Amino acid sequence: MKKRITAAVLSALMLMGALTGCGTKTETPKSDTPQTETNGERANEISVGIANDLSESLNPLKTGYTAGTREVMFNVFEGLMKLKPDGNLIPAVAESYEVSDDGLTYTFKIREGVKFHNGDTVNAQDVAYSIEQCKTPDETGAMAEPALQMIEKIETPDDSTVVFTIDHADGEFLNYLTVAVVPDDYTEQDTKPVGTGPFKFQSRTAQEAVVIERFDDYWGEKAKLDKVTFKIIENGDSMVLSLQSGAIDYCNHLPTIQATQLKDEFNIVEGSMPLIQALYLNNNVAPFDNELVRQALSYATDRRQIIDIAFDGYGSVVGSSIYPTLGKWFDESLSELYPYDVEKAKELLTEAGYPDGFNMTITVPSNYPQHVDTAQVLADQYKAIGVNVEIQPVEWAAWVSEVYKGRNFQTTITGVDAHYPTARAMMERFMSEHGKNFINYNNEDFDRLMTEAIASGDDAQRTELYTEAQRNLAQHAANVYIQAPADLVAVRKGLEGVNFYPVSALDMASLYWAE
Amino acid sequence: MKKGNWYLTVGCILTGIIAAFIVMGFIWTPYDPTAMMTGPKFSPPSLEHLMGTDNFGRDIFSRVLQGAGSTALIALCTVFIGAFVGVGIGAVTGYFGGIVDEALMRFNDALTAFPSVLVALVIVGVLGGGKYNVIIALGIVFIPSFARVTRTAFASLRNVNYVKSVRLMGAKPARIICLHMLPNTLSVLLPAITIGFNNAVLAEASMSYLGIGIKPPDASLGYMLSEAQGMLTLAPWYALFTGGVIVMMIFAVGLIGEGLQRYGKEGM
Repeated sequence: MKKRITAAVLSALMLMGALTGCGTKTETPKSDTPQTETNGERANEISVGIANDLSESLNPLKTGYTAGTREVMFNVFEGLMKLKPDGNLIPAVAESYEVSDDGLTYTFKIREGVKFHNGDTVNAQDVAYSIEQCKTPDETGAMAEPALQMIEKIETPDDSTVVFTIDHADGEFLNYLTVAVVPDDYTEQDTKPVGTGPFKFQSRTAQEAVVIERFDDYWGEKAKLDKVTFKIIENGDSMVLSLQSGAIDYCNHLPTIQATQLKDEFNIVEGSMPLIQALYLNNNVAPFDNELVRQALSYATDRRQIIDIAFDGYGSVVGSSIYPTLGKWFDESLSELYPYDVEKAKELLTEAGYPDGFNMTITVPSNYPQHVDTAQVLADQYKAIGVNVEIQPVEWAAWVSEVYKGRNFQTTITGVDAHYPTARAMMERFMSEHGKNFINYNNEDFDRLMTEAIASGDDAQRTELYTEAQRNLAQHAANVYIQAPADLVAVRKGLEGVNFYPVSALDMASLYWAE
Repeated sequence: MKKGNWYLTVGCILTGIIAAFIVMGFIWTPYDPTAMMTGPKFSPPSLEHLMGTDNFGRDIFSRVLQGAGSTALIALCTVFIGAFVGVGIGAVTGYFGGIVDEALMRFNDALTAFPSVLVALVIVGVLGGGKYNVIIALGIVFIPSFARVTRTAFASLRNVNYVKSVRLMGAKPARIICLHMLPNTLSVLLPAITIGFNNAVLAEASMSYLGIGIKPPDASLGYMLSEAQGMLTLAPWYALFTGGVIVMMIFAVGLIGEGLQRYGKEGM
C-alpha cells in the first residue's frame, strides 16, 4: 500500500514538472528546426503557421476566396496596381497610367517584360481577360468583384495598352485594379495557380501545407527568402507548441494570452488589424432605436479597460467605422467623442426614459474568444449604469444566418473588415438600403453624404465627404465603437522585415534572416 | 449496523464538506465571482486569492464556489428528472409487462443507442443553450438508464409471494407499486442515483467544456476548465483547482454509492 502511495505522489510530481516545464523552456531543440544548418549557415527558408486551410480553389478570380487565402496568395498574385504597406497604390503589372480629364477613361501602359510564373510574358489580353472574369457572375450569380461593374468597356489597342471606360468618375477605381492578373490561356488556376508575384506556387497538401518558392524572374525587387512553407495548424495551443518546438518560425493573429507565453523566446511584432471591433447595435430594435440610449452606452464603455483586460493593452481605440491604417480617412479625434463617464451615461438614460437601466442581450460568435472576452468585460462595465447584460454565445454559422443575414439580434460584438482599403468599402454597408446593413442604420444625412462621396470626381472633396460620413456614424452612435485590434505576430529572433498592410496580407517578400 | 461501513462514513463526511462549501458559495463568496480586476491578472494562490486569479483578474476561489454550485445544481435537477420519469416508466413496464413493456423498452433501447452527450447536444441545439435547457437535455438523456434499472428490479419482484398475496387481497396496482414494491427496490435505486449524479456532473462539465452549457460570465466547473486550458502554462493552478474540485465531488458521491451498495448487500 505504502509503495503505491509513493508511486502516486511521484507521478503527480512528474506531471507537475512536465506542466511547468512548458512554461520555462527557453532553448529550442536545434534538431527540429527547419533551417537545417549547412556549412554553418541556416537554409534561407521559413515555415509559417496559419490557422485555416485555404479555399478549395486557389483561382483568385473566383468567389469564395477567404481572407486567409488572400493573405497567403498575396505573395503569388499582383494586379495592375499593388498596395504598399502604407496604403498607397503603386503600379505593378502596369508601368504607368493616365486618367482622362473627365475621370472616365483610364489608359494603362503595361510594364515591359513582366513574366508569369509559367514563363509567358504578360500582355494586354491577359489583363483584359482577368478583369472581365472578375465581373462575370459564376453559376451562383456571385461576382469576384462587383465594384468592377462600373467598367463599361475594356479595350486593348495594342499588346501593351489597356483602356478602361467607366460609367462615372470614381477616384477609388484604382483600388479595385489590385485584382490579380492571370494568363488568359491557362486552365489549371484552381490547383496550380500562376501569377506574377515575387513568389511562385510550388505545392499544396490539403489540410497540411502550402509551399511557395522565390520567383527569380520577378520584375521588381526580388524576394529574399528561397522558400516559404505555410503549415495549417488549427488549434491555438498546438500553434504555440509548434513555435516553441521550432516547427514554425512565424505566426500572425495571435491572441494576447499566447503572445504573452511566447514573449521571451520570440520577437512579438505589433501591427493593426484592418477591422473595427465594436458592439454593433440593431438600430431597429428598442431600446437601441433611441439615439440617447446608444450614446449612453458609448459613454458607459471604458475602451481602455477593455483593451487592458481582454487584450493585455494591445489595440487602438477608435470612435467610428474607419481604422487607423486607412490613413487620410481616419479621424483620430472621434475616439475621444465619448470619454468614459458613468454620470453622463446615467443622465442620458434617464432622459431616454430608462432611469433604472434595462436588460439587453449580446450575441457573440463563440469561435472568437476575443469577442466573448470583450462581452464579459462590457457586461461588467454596464452594471454601473443598471444595464443587465445577458451574453449569448452562438456558433459561427448561426451567427451568420441569424445576426448578420437575418438581422435578428439586439447587439453583437464582432470585427467588421473590408476587401479594399477604402472608406467606401468600410462605410457603404451602413447606407439604409444596403444589403449588408445588418445594424439597420437609417440616417438620411449619412445616405446623402455617401452617395455624394461615391459619385464625386474630386479627391479632396470626396475625402471631406467621407470624413463627414464617419463623424455622422460617431455622433449618432450608430454602434458602440471599441477598437482596431492589434495584430500580434510572433517572429523567430533573427527574422526581420515584417510588414503590415491595410488589407489581409502576409507579405513574405520583405522577410529575411539577419546575421 | 452490523459492521462499520467506512465507504459510507467517509463519503458522507466528504460530501458534507463539499455541500457546506457550495451552500456557502450561494450565500457568500470572498469576491464577486464575475467582478474583474479584483487583483492582478494570473496571480498565483495567496492569502488574498486562495486559488489565484484568472486572465480577467477574477478570484478563482469565488468562481470555483459558484461554479461547483451551478454544477451541483444542474446535476441534482438532472438526476431528479431522470429518476422521477425513469422510475415511473420502469415501474409500470416492470410490473405490467406485455405490449407496453415491449414498446417502451424498445424506445428506450433506441435512445441508449446514441452516445448520451450526443443526444444532449441535439436537444440543446434545438432548445438553445443556458442552464435550464442543459438541465432539461441531460434529464431526458438520463431517463433510459433509470427506467432500465427500475424495470429489472420490478420485474424480479413481480411474482414473489408478498406481492402475489397483496394482489390477491385486492390492492390496486398503484398501491402495490408505490407502497409495497418501491421500498424494496431502494437498495438498487439509491446506488443508481449516486452513479447518475456523478455521470450528470461529468456530462455537465463536458457540455460546458464544449461551450454549450453555462453562458459566460457565469461559472460552472466544466466551463472554467475549458477557460483554463488556454492558460495552462500561465496559470496552471486554474486547471488544477477546477479539475480537483470535479474529482473531489465525484469521489465523495462515488464513495456513498459504493457504501450504499455494500450496505444493501449486507442487509439482504
